Amino acid sequence: MSANLIKGSTGDWEVVIGMEVHAQVTSKSKLFSGASTEFGGAPNSHVSLVDAAMPGMLPVINAECVRQAVRTGLGLNAKINLKSVFDRKNYFYPDLPQGYQISQYKQPVVGEGEVVVDLDKGESVTIGIERLHLEQDAGKSLHDRSPTMSYVDLNRSGVALMEIVSKPDLRSAEQAKAFLTKLRSILRYLGTCDGDMEKGSLRADVNVSVRKPGAPLGTRCEIKNMNSISFIGDAIEHEARRQIEVLEDGGVIEQETRLYDPNRMQTRAMRTKEEAHDYRYFPDPDLLPLELSADEVAALKAKLPELPDQKKARFMRDFALSPYDAGVLVAERETAEFYEAVTKGRDGKTAANWVINELFGRLNKEGKEIAASPVTAAQLGAMLDLIADGTISGKIAKDMFEILWSEGGDPRTIVEQRGMKQVTDLGAIEKVVDDVIAKNPDKVADAKTNPKAIGWFVGQVMKSSGGKASPQAVNDLLKKKLGV
Amino acid sequence: MSELTALTLAQARDGLKKKTFSAQDLAGAHVAAIEQARALNAFVIETGERAAEMAKASDARIAKGGAKPLEGIPLAVKDMFCTAGVRTTACSHILDKFVPTYESTVTANLWRDGAVLLGKTNCDEFAMGSSNETSFCNPVISPWRRKGANTPLTPGGSSGGSATAVAAQLCLGATGTDTGGSIRQPAAFTGTVGMKPTYGRCSRWGIVAFASSLDQAGPFARTVRDAAILLRSMAGPDDKDTTCADLSVPDYEAAVGKSVKGLRIGIPKEYRIDGMPAEIEKIWQQGRDWLKAAGAELVEVSLPHTKYALPAYYIVAPAEASSNLARYDGVRYGLRAPGRDITGMYEATRAAGFGKEVRRRVMIGTYVLSAGYYDAYYLRAQKVRTLIKKDFEDCFAKGVHAMLTPAAPSAAFGLGEKGGADPVEMYLNDVFTVTVNMAGLPGISVPAGLDGQGLPLGLQLIGRPFDEETLFSLGTVIEQAAGHFTPQRWWS
Repeated sequence: MSANLIKGSTGDWEVVIGMEVHAQVTSKSKLFSGASTEFGGAPNSHVSLVDAAMPGMLPVINAECVRQAVRTGLGLNAKINLKSVFDRKNYFYPDLPQGYQISQYKQPVVGEGEVVVDLDKGESVTIGIERLHLEQDAGKSLHDRSPTMSYVDLNRSGVALMEIVSKPDLRSAEQAKAFLTKLRSILRYLGTCDGDMEKGSLRADVNVSVRKPGAPLGTRCEIKNMNSISFIGDAIEHEARRQIEVLEDGGVIEQETRLYDPNRMQTRAMRTKEEAHDYRYFPDPDLLPLELSADEVAALKAKLPELPDQKKARFMRDFALSPYDAGVLVAERETAEFYEAVTKGRDGKTAANWVINELFGRLNKEGKEIAASPVTAAQLGAMLDLIADGTISGKIAKDMFEILWSEGGDPRTIVEQRGMKQVTDLGAIEKVVDDVIAKNPDKVADAKTNPKAIGWFVGQVMKSSGGKASPQAVNDLLKKKLGV
Repeated sequence: MSELTALTLAQARDGLKKKTFSAQDLAGAHVAAIEQARALNAFVIETGERAAEMAKASDARIAKGGAKPLEGIPLAVKDMFCTAGVRTTACSHILDKFVPTYESTVTANLWRDGAVLLGKTNCDEFAMGSSNETSFCNPVISPWRRKGANTPLTPGGSSGGSATAVAAQLCLGATGTDTGGSIRQPAAFTGTVGMKPTYGRCSRWGIVAFASSLDQAGPFARTVRDAAILLRSMAGPDDKDTTCADLSVPDYEAAVGKSVKGLRIGIPKEYRIDGMPAEIEKIWQQGRDWLKAAGAELVEVSLPHTKYALPAYYIVAPAEASSNLARYDGVRYGLRAPGRDITGMYEATRAAGFGKEVRRRVMIGTYVLSAGYYDAYYLRAQKVRTLIKKDFEDCFAKGVHAMLTPAAPSAAFGLGEKGGADPVEMYLNDVFTVTVNMAGLPGISVPAGLDGQGLPLGLQLIGRPFDEETLFSLGTVIEQAAGHFTPQRWWS
């Protein structure tokens, strides 16, 4: 862990990080009303009387949102609380129509859990989950529509959020980024949150403090509303540096809320502890305590999909993959599914190499998602079959991949139409081999003393055959003829 | 047509059925009576045209033989119930131009059953008060006067307009809401029957919220039978209110006049409070004698935490109110007073829009929920509430079917006589009624007699959860023994 320490002028410092992640629940309607949760509607087009807090309106819990929270809790290996309570968090803001947010304060629906986060070099850390609770999102204030007025859009008002709170177990920006990436992966596997940070479906408040190794926890600052994983990394680095500088200059850290400005690469104070709201939490008298039966929870558990950790273990076991390859493949549900389709009935290792090195390499280079891949799993699988049955060599397969990527088509048809079939007829290859040996007596002599020189002959033979000769056959013949 | 306004709801129902008169006749008579009674200030909005249309539709259904349970019955609705297309203000300046696009579940149930809307009745602002004096629309004047005097008296509160409309024969029945006694105390002050059902019996959807865990809608009527008929239509499950009970509604009218022989009636000794007027004590004794004569068994019971109920209520109710009223912020609807910035707008709007008593309760509520005070006030009050509930449960577990208490600690008082210097003086009005809200139980106030000055006094019956039927049976006994009380008409 010493690699995580930050050097200051008075020695090493350890950074301690905890996160509060707000994940929008995937559901058709809002947490306490029937209004749509669809993104991008005209302002105030998805607003019910409840969302607008008209007089006499009452919240009614959306059972699907509760199930989504329970599924998420189960996916985080967390304790599901069979009884939880909705509270009112009171504060005034124009985009908060009720004057309070319905949230869960003392009794959340999900208790402690944990997430295993893989780091570089095969290391992993277990990050504790403190709790998960359900709450309403607020609306949105629009300040850029008029020079003198502010507008309010309530489309998001009442949309269900899960607030997932980690324990302060993270020790570096890298760990924080890896944690959020893993959490997003789990949410997407579960289908409980789309994890789309650009649309604001997933955002995080990051608590950062620093201390000398072994010292008690330092005073934390909360960096609010981060919606990019890479900015989170940057913000933590800058905030930790700032705190260290303050402390080393003899100052003290004030507990406060800060905002990260990615353009200036710095955090700045938003409000101090003294300015913090007194939210006057109390149980919402409009809602009965949320009660779940053990049977309901068990039924949800039985129907959970296979999650990244389980899938990784299975890939390592069933397909003999390295932890690294398995980890890369399971990071996203879509890539894992793609890989499984490619490898079905085929060699797992070869499939993994092609998917990770060729396909992912190319996708990354062109900035494409797996869903937008021009090469389908079926095409890639068919191509692997051609390699396996000796129809094409690995080298020709790379040309084939290029054709599939840019033109598409069925690999077997392409082989036929373009004459890409590798030559395995020994007689034909032997002729070429003999020809090359005859023309290069000096190289033959060289090869007798230096067996590595055989590579030159292989190259020549392949060149003469237009790349279609079976590399294996060429190798065998050359070794025999040259007596090496 | 004034004899039409003197009918009971049940009599009017029979007359309509027999086509002795039409629903339009009945509505017209009441609309005229309301116009002549404007001096009482019972209505904040009169809906004569709507009443005429609804009555016409009722007549059409009656003609076709499709009459519903409340067909053609003209009713008044407390201005806490949202009524689609009809201004709903909670008698507050902050909502005085608010016209809902939706209908509360309770009133929708009434129209479903054929009832006719006469108008919206005056009440204390956001139902916060015991005398109607906090209304932004000026207080209701009670139809009752002390013998030989014309001092204007309170009809009680907060549902003073509904109680007055029923007592003065301006409607055949009315809706009220009761958070700490707001149906039962005005019923007692006006000589009418007022029922607060079990919490969860009526949906709260569409009723302007005061204190969500205590608010409950209920009927006012001139007889126990009429109240039973009204409650049957008002009550029932509602998916839009998760605190509303998923229980079918019994035929309450069938309980009216049913024998009370063998019922055990608890007389809580803690309700004998210091300084209680002799006349209240006397009427309470009278009630015991009537029930005993009807075959009920009287037992003295103890509700040891009674004395903590009022203080605990005045923590819980303002706490919830402070949060419930946060939505009146000038942003989306209702009054908006300009300010320099958003905070300035909030402050100006709420200062101008809320009256003194509402502001007081919002501040008390905000205080008791604040960090550092929550445990000492709100949490402790909730613990007291649990104990109060347990007091009742213990008695019911010992076989007590219902309890008999006074409904209010005095007869109606004069407008301006109480609470001017000390709001607690006014709060003490609720001393017998708040326990019932805190425990979520049903309670009914039934007229039991007149005091020496000729003012009505009421007795309260408190029942087991969802056992309104027993209260209607017991209420009939008191009603039959005590008779009915009608104020002298001085206003027209």
